[in-house]
Amino acid sequence: MSKKLLLANDHIPGINTLEVYRQHGGYKALEKALKSMKPDDIVEEVKKSGLRGRGGAGFPTGMKWSFLAKPEGVPRYLVCNADESEPGTFKDRYLMERIPHLLIEGMIVSSYALGANTSYIYVRGEYFYIIKILQKAIKEAYAAGLLGKNILGSGYDLDLYVQPGGGAYICGEETALLESLEGKRGNPRIKPPFPAVAGLWGCPTVVNNVETIAAVVPIVNISGDEYAKIGIGKSTGTKLISASGHINKPGVYEIELGVPVEEFIYSDEYCGGIRNGKKLKAVVAGGSSVPILPTELILKTAKGEPRLMSYESLGDGGFATGTMLGSGGFIVMDEDTSVVKNLFTFARFYHHESCGQCSPCREGTGWMEKILQKFIDGKATMSDIDLLWDVQSKIEGKTICPLGEAAAWPVAAAIRHFRHEFEEYVNRPESIHDVKHYFRLNNIEEA
Amino acid sequence: MAKVTIDDITIEVPDGTTILQAARMIDEQHGTNIAPPTMCYYSKLKTTGGYCRTCIVSVTQGSEKDPRPMPKPVASCRTTVMDGMVVRNNTSPELLEARAGVVEFLLINHPLDCPVCDQAGECHLQDLGYENGKEATRYEFPRREFEPIDIGDKIKLHMNRCILCYRCVKTCEQITDGRVHGVINRGDHAEISTYIEKAIDNDFSGNVIDVCPVGALTDRTFRFKSRVWFTNPVDAHRDCPTCSGKVRLWMKGKDVLRVTARKDRWGEVEEFICNTCRFDKKDVTDWRIEGPSKISHHSVISQNHNELRQVQLGVRKQLQQWDGHKYGLGEGALDPNNQ
Repeated sequence: MSKKLLLANDHIPGINTLEVYRQHGGYKALEKALKSMKPDDIVEEVKKSGLRGRGGAGFPTGMKWSFLAKPEGVPRYLVCNADESEPGTFKDRYLMERIPHLLIEGMIVSSYALGANTSYIYVRGEYFYIIKILQKAIKEAYAAGLLGKNILGSGYDLDLYVQPGGGAYICGEETALLESLEGKRGNPRIKPPFPAVAGLWGCPTVVNNVETIAAVVPIVNISGDEYAKIGIGKSTGTKLISASGHINKPGVYEIELGVPVEEFIYSDEYCGGIRNGKKLKAVVAGGSSVPILPTELILKTAKGEPRLMSYESLGDGGFATGTMLGSGGFIVMDEDTSVVKNLFTFARFYHHESCGQCSPCREGTGWMEKILQKFIDGKATMSDIDLLWDVQSKIEGKTICPLGEAAAWPVAAAIRHFRHEFEEYVNRPESIHDVKHYFRLNNIEEA
Repeated sequence: MAKVTIDDITIEVPDGTTILQAARMIDEQHGTNIAPPTMCYYSKLKTTGGYCRTCIVSVTQGSEKDPRPMPKPVASCRTTVMDGMVVRNNTSPELLEARAGVVEFLLINHPLDCPVCDQAGECHLQDLGYENGKEATRYEFPRREFEPIDIGDKIKLHMNRCILCYRCVKTCEQITDGRVHGVINRGDHAEISTYIEKAIDNDFSGNVIDVCPVGALTDRTFRFKSRVWFTNPVDAHRDCPTCSGKVRLWMKGKDVLRVTARKDRWGEVEEFICNTCRFDKKDVTDWRIEGPSKISHHSVISQNHNELRQVQLGVRKQLQQWDGHKYGLGEGALDPNNQ
């Protein structure tokens, strides 16, 4: 059984209430922080812990916090990014649904560390029931003196608000989120300036993922050094993985970073193997935007080492043979899955969610979807594969925010690793319903 | 001050200058043509730029202190220079390829209806297509379509042609009060709209026509009157209580077909003008004419046949007045009309 820091108590009935949460050690970190630590001590502990952003990019949280500008007389804000909309990712939803107080405790401790007196949780619009859960929990916290004026007699004030989004994927991008929070159209801002200098209402702001903020609680509890001992290398601590697809036990798992991918897929503790005794075909390891990898590359790196669930190991080999840990949306596909059909679904999603601000993403995502539609309709030609490759390469790196890349990467990876499947659709359009064929083809190539 | 090298030409510029501004300064000083094309950036309007991505350049050396190259092409209109920065624009084939990609994206949903578009001849997208685009399209799907909309009785919106540069939105935000004009919807079905198709009723609303780089916003009082290259642009002014009154008249014979603001060599308005000057003063007696306009922006109209003709006329006049007797020649001996 691996170490659990966030979801240790998620099975306890009533853990979503303040009373039960406190009975199981809740708000200890807050008391410790407010009574015995200075704000800078907490930032220092987070730096020592090696905690990396859990939203996808994996940027060191302590470093992000230390970039926060602190001009005199200007308020600072902490914003929690709970606009979890990446297909395949549902870890924040589980955490907020089951243990809302963990997030709230993390928000209070982090706000104290950053010197913010007003903080926001920006929740995805579709998570309307979670908004109710969070609001109830915040009400309880206010009543218990954990929020509001003079928290626990420390003289520190904090107001915490929950803001529902309108249901746009783009608002998960931190500057689009801030625009949306300000009541504007959710278009990403052009950086610089970064939010750490000019964020919400032009004030210094830190935007962190739900899981990142929740992880601050165990870091304060057990100290940054202890936290850094968990995990492997620069991937410290634990990570929530939302496993979905053709596995026996889909769900949210807390893993210690460094668990082998093979163990994660086949062990009964986690995914429990492929459903109906079928074979593994491919995995999208970190939410829909990261490159898809075929069996031979997801279980082992190109060098033949076993691949681990960590930022470094999954990224090994760059995009040629590797992928990313991303947000932890682990999508498993069995031998019956069509990579092209799956890619079409992703492309349709990114086309629909593109904000339309910069031209490569606005026009390119729609174009890619239309080309993929041709494959699904059995009308594609060989040149369409090259065209698709060219279009994605023209989007990547040319856009304001990472959505353009998120749309381009899955297309590039699918062509890179499953080109034979695209070619099959061109040669035998009727084979769209007989996807098993490609799996065998894949194996032959491997041998 | 920061020293920046763009396409092997070094210039010293004040801190906080963007790469694009530095490139334009080089062009102005050296008469070169290295400034990247812009479709959405507008120096007269705040917070414009960064959307269209045509002005991307590659930074091969970040600065003197940190010489690492930037990993991706950057939008030159929104990136400030650092001391010792080295930038490649026209000298980088990869970058030109990337820009051609952006141009292709801008054109895949554009109707390419130049033959019936009022903007043709002075259209930035046309220039961009000629200079940076490919000869044929690879897009084989139906193009996005919208119905043309009248924004008030003076402005026509052809959303089909729009490239969503946001310039008109920023104009309405910054030089008119009470904005009723913005972008609705998302992604490639986003459109410029006045809320509930309300007319923009403002003294300066006509400027959206001038800032529009394409034929999406056109002057209804000029529609289909003439191709721009058949008109003669002259600079003129009048005493206007609302604006500077400095305009450009587009004349055909003695008729004023259109009034616009004056534009500089980057195709940007020098001074915004009011709707009275633009739409109502269509009589030549309303104006004091200064002389033929110098149009240096690259486009069909920059051929400046009008200006050339005016120069020729001027020379002719001088020759006619030239006193030939001094040199032993008869009166008007060099008058071309006599020969």
